[in-house]
Amino acid sequence: MNSDYAIESRGLSKHFGTLKAVSELDLKVPRGQIYGFLGPNGSGKSTTIRMLCGLLTPTEGSATVLGTGVPGDSRLLKPKIGYMTQKFSLFADMTVFENLQFIAEIYSYDRAARADRINELLGKYDLTEQRKQLAGTMSGGQKQRLALACAVLHRPELLLLDEPTSAVDPQSRRDFWANLFRLAEAGTTILVSTHYMDEAERCHRLAILDRGIKVADGTPQELQASTGMHIVEVTAGDPYHAQEALDCAEHIASVTQLGVRLRVLIPDQFAEPVALVQRHLGKHGVTADVRLTPASLEDVFVAVTMSPEERAV
Amino acid sequence: MRSLSRLLAITKKEVRQLSRDRLTFGMIVGIPVIQMLLFGYAINTDVRNLRTAVANQANTHLSRQFIAELRETQVVDIVEFVDSPATIDERLRMGQISVGVVIPVDFDRRVIDPDRPAVHLLVDGSDPTIANIALQLRNMPVRFDTRIASSRSTNIEVRPNYNPERRTPVNIIPGLMGVILTLTMMLFTAVAIVRERERGNLELLINTPVSSAELMVGKVLPYIVIGMIQLALILVVGDTLFQVPMRGSVLDLYLASGAFIAANLALGLVISTVAKTQFQAMQMTFFVLLPSILLSGFVFPFDGMPKFAQYLGEMLPVTHYIRLTRGIMLRDAGLMELYPELIALGVFTLVAMTLAALRFTKRLD
Repeated sequence: MNSDYAIESRGLSKHFGTLKAVSELDLKVPRGQIYGFLGPNGSGKSTTIRMLCGLLTPTEGSATVLGTGVPGDSRLLKPKIGYMTQKFSLFADMTVFENLQFIAEIYSYDRAARADRINELLGKYDLTEQRKQLAGTMSGGQKQRLALACAVLHRPELLLLDEPTSAVDPQSRRDFWANLFRLAEAGTTILVSTHYMDEAERCHRLAILDRGIKVADGTPQELQASTGMHIVEVTAGDPYHAQEALDCAEHIASVTQLGVRLRVLIPDQFAEPVALVQRHLGKHGVTADVRLTPASLEDVFVAVTMSPEERAV
Repeated sequence: MRSLSRLLAITKKEVRQLSRDRLTFGMIVGIPVIQMLLFGYAINTDVRNLRTAVANQANTHLSRQFIAELRETQVVDIVEFVDSPATIDERLRMGQISVGVVIPVDFDRRVIDPDRPAVHLLVDGSDPTIANIALQLRNMPVRFDTRIASSRSTNIEVRPNYNPERRTPVNIIPGLMGVILTLTMMLFTAVAIVRERERGNLELLINTPVSSAELMVGKVLPYIVIGMIQLALILVVGDTLFQVPMRGSVLDLYLASGAFIAANLALGLVISTVAKTQFQAMQMTFFVLLPSILLSGFVFPFDGMPKFAQYLGEMLPVTHYIRLTRGIMLRDAGLMELYPELIALGVFTLVAMTLAALRFTKRLD
């Protein structure tokens, strides 16, 4: 019963008609960790989260969430999970305090401790001043803090966050993640979906989803160490021409421009990647600074979502 | 106990949101009052002053006397004298007059001949109400050949029980109560739930321990109270402005209304489980509202409708409610004397609630 994993899924699939939104997903989310779902829009992140909290019925496969079977009696699960939707889903025409109060009532939070808990959350999530403000009139960052405060009010064991930071500024995102770490330290398991690389890097573990399929999982370090690619960074005065020289060149799997720099991915079965890049650049008369660098999570993402044809260059 | 407190939390939230939504709040009072004024003052089935042209081909003393009597009925307003029946046809076709009277050359002789009609009455049959007026004119001392019905005049005295002055509001307002409550109750519930789905609130709510039943009942509860307030409003306006009598017991009326409101809220819930947007919810409400006005006996007498339309009408809650209100308010009938209508409303509510509960699942797929 008390497994080390908050979530374990086996072959979890969801099809909408002919569209396979999620295909045979095997997941193991350890308790007390922040687990990330990284993937582009439409990769099945939201669908998976909705299946795990019982909102959608899996087409095939099953999962165990906090000891409860999915599909199964999700009523047992509801009090133990907190869910934050992608879109702001609290009541815009009620104040911050009224929203929190409503959530406390819905979860039958101990009546005597209710006011204290709400005040505690208002303080913790920096909403004390907004207490009487209508939720609909707040900024993106404030709304998001309110949504998180509501999701954790009943002290859930598991938090499911569906792209929680897609509508907020960088400072709010940093603060938000600081809050998540505090919650994880206190023992809450957090499953968070994102398409931001820097957020993915903060997770304890993560799974990369692409078109409904899990293409990689592990800690960020593990993933970075196992791309199967050399990462070559090219700094050129004329990055446009450098990219042209490398784009369809032999043995080069992918070229991505980042400002004046190019990140070039070369499958690791080819030796001497730096020399290879310089040779290609030389052919087009482009001079550049070329060096090998460790993989970033973005490189991992590019590498694992690559089609087999792209890989075999 | 937890279930009850969750239900009350939903109700409290609903009331709070409602009190901030000024437009909806205004509608609660506005719809009944404005509709009452419109229907009460504008609708009048007792038609007078129809524009009329007369072709007096006889032009005798008797025919002139007949025209004077015609005027006195106040049913017609003679706007023109013309030469020939052809001109009357033309005026009718152009819509300039509603009634044409042709007095033939041999009018004086025809009047005393029981086998021949003395006067031809041409009526604009494109308006059904006007066509019926011809029947009133048949009671005139001379005989008519209307194009509508046989001209056998009879001497039956009609005693309009329960509404001796034949005032239209007395007939209209008990029915109007049903139409107003249908509109507001169904629309408010359907929209209240669909709005939450549109705004994403529902996705949050169904991830909490709230059950479907708690959610539905909690949301509907405030609207029952609103329905009762509207009812009181209609009764007060009906009494003060239109002197609509309240012959039966007010308690009976409220009990009947309770059953009717429940039926409409249940129907609103069904709509909310089908409609994806507030606009769709609105369209579906009007889909039900239109037959509620036309097939319920509110506008047209129920017995006069074809059998098929009557079956459709029987399926509408408002049909049964109108029978109840007219019975209680105008005929001093007791609620128990009208029990078949109550049973019909109960069955409707039960079926609709079951349907809504089956369709409303705490899932998204």
